[in-house]
Amino acid sequence: MSAGGIKPARTFQQAAKVTLANPQMRRNLRHATTVIREKRERAVAELLDWEALRDEGAAVKDHVMARLSEYLLDLESAVKARGGHVHWARDAAEARGIVAGIAEGHGAREVIKVKSISTDEIELNAALSERGIHAIETDLAELIVQLAEDRPSHILVPAIHRNRAEIRDLFRRKLGAELLTDEPKALAEAARLYLREKFLTTKVAVSGANFAVAESGTVCVVESEGNGRMCVTMPDVLISVMGIEKVVPTWQDLAVFMRLLPRSSTAERMNPYTSFWSGVTPGDGPQEFHLVLLDNGRTDVLADEVGRQTLRCIRCSACLNVCPVYERAGGHAYGSVYPGPIGAILTPQLLHLEDKNANTLPWASSLCGACYDACPVKINIPEVLLYLRGKITEEKPLSVEAVAFKTAAWVMSEPHRFEGAIRLARTGQGPLVRNGAIHALPGMLGGWTDTRDLPAFPPQTFREWWRKRPAPQVRGDDGNAQTSEGEPVAPERTDDRGPV
Amino acid sequence: MSGEAKLDILTRINRAQARQQEPFARVPVRPSARPRGEVVEQFAEYAAEYRANVVRVPAAQLAGAVRDRLALLGSGRVAIPGDLPAGWLPPEWPFTPDEPGVTDLTAVQSVVTGCAVAIAETGTVVLDHGAGQGRRALTLVPDHHICVVWEAQVVDSVPEAVAHLRESVVRGQPLTWISGPSATSDIELSRVEGVHGPRVLDLLLVREA
Repeated sequence: MSAGGIKPARTFQQAAKVTLANPQMRRNLRHATTVIREKRERAVAELLDWEALRDEGAAVKDHVMARLSEYLLDLESAVKARGGHVHWARDAAEARGIVAGIAEGHGAREVIKVKSISTDEIELNAALSERGIHAIETDLAELIVQLAEDRPSHILVPAIHRNRAEIRDLFRRKLGAELLTDEPKALAEAARLYLREKFLTTKVAVSGANFAVAESGTVCVVESEGNGRMCVTMPDVLISVMGIEKVVPTWQDLAVFMRLLPRSSTAERMNPYTSFWSGVTPGDGPQEFHLVLLDNGRTDVLADEVGRQTLRCIRCSACLNVCPVYERAGGHAYGSVYPGPIGAILTPQLLHLEDKNANTLPWASSLCGACYDACPVKINIPEVLLYLRGKITEEKPLSVEAVAFKTAAWVMSEPHRFEGAIRLARTGQGPLVRNGAIHALPGMLGGWTDTRDLPAFPPQTFREWWRKRPAPQVRGDDGNAQTSEGEPVAPERTDDRGPV
Repeated sequence: MSGEAKLDILTRINRAQARQQEPFARVPVRPSARPRGEVVEQFAEYAAEYRANVVRVPAAQLAGAVRDRLALLGSGRVAIPGDLPAGWLPPEWPFTPDEPGVTDLTAVQSVVTGCAVAIAETGTVVLDHGAGQGRRALTLVPDHHICVVWEAQVVDSVPEAVAHLRESVVRGQPLTWISGPSATSDIELSRVEGVHGPRVLDLLLVREA
């Protein structure tokens, strides 16, 4: 099942250990992120007012956040005025129930889906399956992930961790496709044949929404392959699930986001296809349209003054592609449908900082700031990461870590205590050191070396070297070196080793 | 039940949202200062980069250019929106005017339509499915789309296009933005054209007399 929800099954550190050991995934990811990164820089450089555009994107989103209820009500009335239906879902279960209920109402045994992270967030496919309805993913990468019973590893290219030979074997096995080669062209053709029949015969489709315009009730899906156009055009019934933060006030605001999104995400001037629709259009497309407005933790994010900026996110994936941690650990390590830097701040917040695994995600970062530089709506991800780290640590009862740091503070506050501790550590580390580093600390300290090596203490500290050094040299009035007491000394450096 | 959920969500939002509202002014759309020729040239160049076939034609030769493109692709069935100007088409060619609910689009090979606006900055054509553009499925199911773009329809930037499209949106018309033929880069990032939409996109860029 491709949908995985947002609750990680283990900590980031545990999951990363597994994914780091997968060289295929790391190679594919490095290639993908490098290619997209370079292309993106060129695409962004073409727009001379890019920085102003980022500011405008952030301003529109902040403005929406300040008047969210007003714009959602406008959106609801505009969609209804155009013959659509609007549903409000407080949480994932409620949203699943609404979608499944509509599909069941039409006697659907199959629904087609255009890639949508919000439906992955609410684990819609599994819920439909429990009610005997099969959800078919129609985005090529999502289809690959679904057939492989895998999980997406990237927001934009969900099957980036799989190579062509794996995909050919999968299509042969699951679609019965007769594939002589593993050329991407042949693989895409096999998917086209399989999916075309589904597009033309399935009555109910489910989509996400990239944006929705409050003033006109216009909903938008941005894509490349045409599967999105198929899903929002060919079936009788269309159900779109969108997070409440996706609303924008006016049609004119799309001018900002249709420039920011494609260049930030696929590094294109424009994506091949974008569909906009408002309610239903007689004689054209689905004649029944449902819009499901999803909260599922978003109002709690909204309530937090620092965390609120997370809701500006337009799901472009620019932050993933520049993140050194994501590039190595891969999307699966984040254990949520929202991977990468944005996932590291969004997932724990959606879960109200209560999930012990999701609460490790704010530490899945080197705080290098590349994500903030890349973000088209200027979400200060490092700021939110640090803020969440603080909140999560504060809420913990006195932990081993807290005791250790309190002890460390006491030791370090007095030079003699600190030096004594160093001497003790230097003696004690003996059996642990290999090649100048400690690879595994014993007992409760082991957490430190789970994900990194610790350099061994040097044989001599700076202070020890300083005390043992020869008397300092100063220049006398005659320009010759002399001791501070005025006695000349030999200019050569002694062979006493400095600090290592 | 849904009414209760709505009330709950709105209550949560009203409790959560910022008290101070950021002062906010939208950046006005600046009309392009570039020479028209340059704008049209860039549209042709960028659309071709997206592997659309761009053919520049004088208005008098439009019907001939349509014939050439159709002849090149073979002799399958060709559908058109019922209100497509007859002067755009070669008179000897048999065209099927599309009728929703009647036309079997899977049996159609090519389709000829106009567009609402084209964008130089991105090489995009936009259909608002108004006059001469047909319903959405018409330009989606067949394999070959010939789209007629008049030079006067080309605008410089996305904001200009959005401003231009406002009336269609307010009227409730759907829009389809097309930049090159259907494409995917999902398998090892190598680009493949024609996953689901038309595999061939011909843009006839018409110079007015």
